[in-house]
Amino acid sequence: MSNFETIITSVEDGIALIQLNRPRVLNAINRPMVTELLNAFEAFDCNDEVKAIVLTGSERAFAAGADIDEMKEDDSVSLELLNQFKEWDRLATIKKPIIGAVNGYCFGGGFELALCADILFAAENAQFGFPEIKLGVMPGAGGTVKLTKLMGQKKALEWLWLGDPMTAGDALQYGVINRVIAPELVLDEAKKYARLVASRAPLSVRLIKETVYKSIDYSTYEGMQFERKNFYLLFSSQDQKEGMKAFVEKRPAEFKGK
Amino acid sequence: MFETISYETRGKTAWITLNRPDKLNAFTSLMHKEMVSAIKEANKDSNVRAVVITGAGRAFCSGQDLSGSTDTDYGEVLRKGYNPMVQALVAMEKPVIAAVNGVAAGAGMSLALACDFRIASEKASFIEAFIHVGLVPDSGNLYFLPRLVGHAKAMELAVMGEKITAEQAQELGLVTKTVSEEEFMLEVETYAEKLANMPTKAIGLIKRYLNKSWESDLNEMLEYEAQAQKIAGESKDHQEGLHAFLEKRKPAFTGK
Repeated sequence: MSNFETIITSVEDGIALIQLNRPRVLNAINRPMVTELLNAFEAFDCNDEVKAIVLTGSERAFAAGADIDEMKEDDSVSLELLNQFKEWDRLATIKKPIIGAVNGYCFGGGFELALCADILFAAENAQFGFPEIKLGVMPGAGGTVKLTKLMGQKKALEWLWLGDPMTAGDALQYGVINRVIAPELVLDEAKKYARLVASRAPLSVRLIKETVYKSIDYSTYEGMQFERKNFYLLFSSQDQKEGMKAFVEKRPAEFKGK
Repeated sequence: MFETISYETRGKTAWITLNRPDKLNAFTSLMHKEMVSAIKEANKDSNVRAVVITGAGRAFCSGQDLSGSTDTDYGEVLRKGYNPMVQALVAMEKPVIAAVNGVAAGAGMSLALACDFRIASEKASFIEAFIHVGLVPDSGNLYFLPRLVGHAKAMELAVMGEKITAEQAQELGLVTKTVSEEEFMLEVETYAEKLANMPTKAIGLIKRYLNKSWESDLNEMLEYEAQAQKIAGESKDHQEGLHAFLEKRKPAFTGK
């Protein structure tokens, strides 16, 4: 798992860690990095040892943006043919929980990558933003859509139109992130949360994630039908039998993810 | 390196001196920029473990320079000039002493309020001068003042705009200590040096979370304290403190 150039990965205690590693450019995201990220995520997603994945950057920056040099000469046809965002689309198919730990700058493509995490913890001094408008473009990897779904139309436009940074406090207030934590402890707390999720029934974790994301796009009725099917589905798992048996016997359940 | 201020490090202390003595160190837009640069420099320099802000000549700072200004949008003057300076001071996780050598008027008083300690010369005075030109206290003044002296007193000072002496300021809890003019600089140096030899990381954490206490409830503060203590507990200075205690010697803190 270690032949990456733009990221560093490791597994400890059932938790995989993916750390962006282009320190000289504040972890600016380029195409090789996205490919490596996707490879790492997909490998961890089918690695039985891994129960949850933590995604982080460095102390100064989660990721300061996308690599501008790489795209400044592109035109619409070259971008369509390159179809670079297909890899971003596949990031959305990762089934295991992804916990993001953000320190420092989290801008543009970096912010879009952070929004691929299911849960986001940020340092008190973290800054988020979509400065694309200042370069005459706009977010292209889901930023406009995800920010709107998280904070609502009015607030999203306010931020997207100006492209100015928002503080971790703002991001928390608008529901973009889960928690604001001391910069020194963001990664620790993200790992701690990841271990807690990893201790829960894995199939439930998985189907809850799937259902929550479906509920964003489905109508309430369709969402509830989908939820019901997943609820029924869990009754064919060993963990459901064990969980309910343990509850009746007043002992902690031992989940196997089966 | 700077035109309107001077910046130097002596030992572990950074000295930022407002340096327009003929204008009683009044603020200009250049001074705001230079202050922000100096504060950032002191913050970045890991050898610096305490910061002193003082004024050259007889004044600490007389506030905004009203003579040269053609800018009538005071809101933007604050957003671009004063506010970043105050934010940088509060964000700096090192102890900052305002060595108030003379008059601190208007935004000059605000600057002193934004520091962590205020040591005043007996010649110093504080004036909420804004009201005398039909303005309101700014640059964090209305935030810090009631928190330091209480709401009623803050209202009185801000509205009446009467000059208060160093001695009165001390009675109000506005200054840490008042020192005779002759002993002033030596006392500031001693105080700064003392701070500079303390566990800087812990001081920074105290500053960070004491500031949060203004807008946090008990449960939030309990969690902040838990986070701060975990960080401090992993510091070298904590280990040094423990060893020194067990070995019955004075600790030699490195700030790490």
